[in-house]
Amino acid sequence: MPEFDVIELGASPHPEQGAEAPDFTRPLVTNDYWTDRSLSELLVDGPVLLVFYPMNWGGKSIYLWNELSDRGWGDEVQVVGVSIGTPFDHGRFIEARGMDYPLFSDPANGVAEQFGIAHDLDGMAGIEEPRPAVFLIDSDGRIEYAWVAEEWPETPPYEEIENAL
Amino acid sequence: MSSEAPILLYRLHGCPYCERVVRTIKDLDVDYESRFVPGEHSRRNAVKRVSGGRSVPVLVDRDRGVTMAESANIVDYLERTYGGS
Repeated sequence: MPEFDVIELGASPHPEQGAEAPDFTRPLVTNDYWTDRSLSELLVDGPVLLVFYPMNWGGKSIYLWNELSDRGWGDEVQVVGVSIGTPFDHGRFIEARGMDYPLFSDPANGVAEQFGIAHDLDGMAGIEEPRPAVFLIDSDGRIEYAWVAEEWPETPPYEEIENAL
Repeated sequence: MSSEAPILLYRLHGCPYCERVVRTIKDLDVDYESRFVPGEHSRRNAVKRVSGGRSVPVLVDRDRGVTMAESANIVDYLERTYGGS
């Protein structure tokens, strides 16, 4: 097996467990339509598992959403994605993958900036996206659990997240 | 996912008839929520569910239980309902 080095991203200045999650408003895309929604509006309905993920259609995003769908976490918490796709792109991704979870559209990566997890993509000039990251946010807006990738690419620790739910 | 705005507007990105309705809503200073749907009629089930058709714009006035299509009708309705005397 050939040796290769994973890319170390190092620590990120993201909000830790116990901190207040930054609020934001972005178009929230479902299979039906998109409309501006804030994180605080979603929290009125209960805790949110906020999943920052790499661009739609890449293997990382497909495996991640397959895994999250299989685990059925939507029964316990509002599972919501955030990535840089436009609303149209998110809509097609949701449709093609048969997803049950809505996706925030954040093409300028500003939400990732707010959470301290922006990731400049090598070889794609002018494009950045979030690091893979998962935040469990309780209905008071406090972060109950946080995981942020420190390598690229890195797969979320699904068992650990499931235990946090 | 809920919103409190009394007016829901189903619209398309870059649809002049929708923009005309938005201009009227803004002129009248009414609180509203935009719901953008895809361009293809086949992907507009959300519109079909509320209005029975697939054309946009569609306005839903939740306080008054009114759902209507056709931008000229919508503009008339808004001015009649929310325009000052």
